[in-house]
Amino acid sequence: MGNAFLVWRLAVKDIRHRPVLAALLLVAIAAGAATLTLGLALRGTADNPYARTRAATNGPDVVATDFNGDPQAPAQASDVVPLEHAPGVVAYSGPFPVTWASLRIGRTRATAAVEGRSAAPSAVDRPRLARGSWVRPGGVVVEAGFASALGLHVGDRLRLGGTSFEVVGIAVTVAFPSYPDSLGSFLVGSLSSYSLGLVWVAEADVARLAAVGSEPVFYYLDLKLDDSAAARAFANRYTTGSSSQQSSGPSATGGASTSPTTLTLYPWQLVRSQDVKLLARAQAVLYTGSWLLALLAIASVAVLVGGRMAEQTRRVGLLKAVGGTPNFVAVVLLCENVLVGLCAAAVGLLAGWLTAPSIAGPGAGLLGAPNPPSLTASSVGLVVALALGVAVAATLLPAIRAARQSTVAALGDSALAPRRSPRLIRLSSHLPVTLLLGARLALRRPWRLLLSVCSVAVMASGLVAVLIVRTTAAGVSPGPRVTQAVAIISAALVVLTAINAVFIAWSSALDARRPAALARALGATPRQVTLGMSAALALPAFFGALLGIPGGILIYEAPKHSGSTTIPSALSLTAVVVVTVLVIAVLTAVPVSIGAQRSVAEVLQSETT
Amino acid sequence: MHDQASGGVLLRAHALRKDYGSGEGLIRAVDDVDLQVARGEALAVRGPSGCGKSTLLHLLGGLDRPTAGELWLGERRIDRLSERALARLRRHEVGFVFQAFHLMEELNAQENVELPALLAGLTPRAARQRARQLLERVGLDDRAGHLPSALSGGQRQRVAIARALANEPALVLADEPTGNLDSAATLEVLRLFQGLHKEGLTLVVVTHDEGIAASADRRVSMRDGAFVGETRPVEDAGPDLHPTGPGG
Repeated sequence: MGNAFLVWRLAVKDIRHRPVLAALLLVAIAAGAATLTLGLALRGTADNPYARTRAATNGPDVVATDFNGDPQAPAQASDVVPLEHAPGVVAYSGPFPVTWASLRIGRTRATAAVEGRSAAPSAVDRPRLARGSWVRPGGVVVEAGFASALGLHVGDRLRLGGTSFEVVGIAVTVAFPSYPDSLGSFLVGSLSSYSLGLVWVAEADVARLAAVGSEPVFYYLDLKLDDSAAARAFANRYTTGSSSQQSSGPSATGGASTSPTTLTLYPWQLVRSQDVKLLARAQAVLYTGSWLLALLAIASVAVLVGGRMAEQTRRVGLLKAVGGTPNFVAVVLLCENVLVGLCAAAVGLLAGWLTAPSIAGPGAGLLGAPNPPSLTASSVGLVVALALGVAVAATLLPAIRAARQSTVAALGDSALAPRRSPRLIRLSSHLPVTLLLGARLALRRPWRLLLSVCSVAVMASGLVAVLIVRTTAAGVSPGPRVTQAVAIISAALVVLTAINAVFIAWSSALDARRPAALARALGATPRQVTLGMSAALALPAFFGALLGIPGGILIYEAPKHSGSTTIPSALSLTAVVVVTVLVIAVLTAVPVSIGAQRSVAEVLQSETT
Repeated sequence: MHDQASGGVLLRAHALRKDYGSGEGLIRAVDDVDLQVARGEALAVRGPSGCGKSTLLHLLGGLDRPTAGELWLGERRIDRLSERALARLRRHEVGFVFQAFHLMEELNAQENVELPALLAGLTPRAARQRARQLLERVGLDDRAGHLPSALSGGQRQRVAIARALANEPALVLADEPTGNLDSAATLEVLRLFQGLHKEGLTLVVVTHDEGIAASADRRVSMRDGAFVGETRPVEDAGPDLHPTGPGG
């Protein structure tokens, strides 16, 4: 009991004694844990808002349309009417006339699908008003996702096909996928862009708008079946003609399109899958990002723990001098980082849990909050295992090495003997004095430099992958969720790399304090030492950033992508490398210059005490 | 505590040697040292800087391993013990006092004293009681909650002495215990050591301080790793209570 109490006390007191280091360690691990939590928590979160909206609007099981892919082909309401009495249909609404029109609010332009509705509520697909009232002549209701994207409010005026309308209401529906996901593709196949919003108008206004814009009118019929699970089969049964024309439309996921005079039917499952598709992309981004962050977290923790060990040498000696066995010492050091790892797991879980709703949020197009992030025991276990795994993996070796160190040497706070490579020494002898000093000091720990290369390479890979995503998807928005996920990953990568850079520099400065003091005693200026070490530490950053270019391409191409990869311009890639190296050089200069300001006498004297 | 008259030999070293490096760069820090310390005896080891005093102390306390020779603590040979066994030895039978104090900066005075007791398996409550007694004994019961950074050098060394006594060791080894202290603090520490000696504790003190050396039962001098002389204070001569500080 005494030993357990002592391990706990030593670990907690040391964490409290060095709060900044502990906090940085926590941030490094928590970033990976939070991202993994996000990725895990997003599973199935969109289902609940969809189901709630579907129930509230009496959403259709099947939507049938006579739109045949040809805007010039005439359509009639009677095309879809026979389906009203098809076996299995228990209720229906419509047919509703639909056309599309250009929409303008101030300088903002968009394209809208305009559906005509009567003032009376329909039996199936009753759009649920979030605000305002239902359509009336001259007054339109805007789909909530579309309204949110355009910043529209009840009472605003907009122009449809050149005619001014008042926004009298904002409503949600599940008859179509919510904006901005895939409504355009859903409604009109490959004929329109993705950014097509839905507006309900009075039935009489549809024909007028179609005439003004010379657009066709086609019809939608909303059907309720006695067995909603059979919607897909029903849609397949009544879809007529070939589906060859809808290469990029909904046919791939269950709907079908037809030649002129034929019908296309969409089951409700298709709408749901469209609503969750972007969430799945965001989840894929977060999964990939969490692995990158986990790698970076291992590098961060290794650097931080290495730095802490350099500070704790005397503490290790003391623990052993008063009777601590090597195992006990290793357990104390491990316990500290495991404690931080556990806290980081808790912080990561909480951060992921709290962030998940904003990414998994239903958007304005669906009702209510998403499912509480579905963190099962296995998800929590996975996140905790990741956090602890990172802490243990990075701590184990240094802890064992510290525990095995000679007690006397540890009490004297002797730095571990540096490795010297004759070849590197020969090479560095040709450098200018400043660089020679820096290279000789930094090259004392080649493994640390390798860690630095890896750390920068991981970050640069992430950034290059983001750059490729942006270049490849030029002109097409990946959607707010994916954008948010990418932003989170990028920010976390940059923060972790900055922490790594600072601590690699700090550890190197700490490790090289005596030779650096000796160099100053022999006439080197603090500026020479600082500049030299910063330059020496920026060199691995350069190699890391270079490695990041193929790394980023690899990360982008590792998952199956249907399209081709567009490599960003040489200028963009050069900018990534140059900016990375400059930022790392500036970041490393801070701890190195602080170390270089220490009194030479104090440092040299500490060697003898 | 332990009584010199009743105990016999507590610590015995025979042909003890410690080498660093090899070949041309071989340094013999301790060279063929024979030593016996009786229970309850206070031994002072003196000599110039770099003569091997501290290395000898580290060997005697199991902090370091000899290159050759034998080392016995009581009836137990300790130069061949495993790291774990040496840790247990340091925990239960040897107390260390260092020149640089070596207190845990993140623990307060009381927690520093509790450290060896907890390592030895005492319950937290028993360790706390023991630490309070020892801090009272070294006159620091009012400073129990202070971190080392809030204590003077003399106070830190008294905490270190209390810590060395936490498990009632058979032997206390002190390496220049007054080396970093001013004369007032040196006097305090000297009085503490005299008190411990009177209570029968076995002490081996490496020191430059004449006061400490004079209060010992026996003084040995080292040079180049070997013992070069041994003196005993004149019977009934009192200790020098006017220390001259390190190197003096």
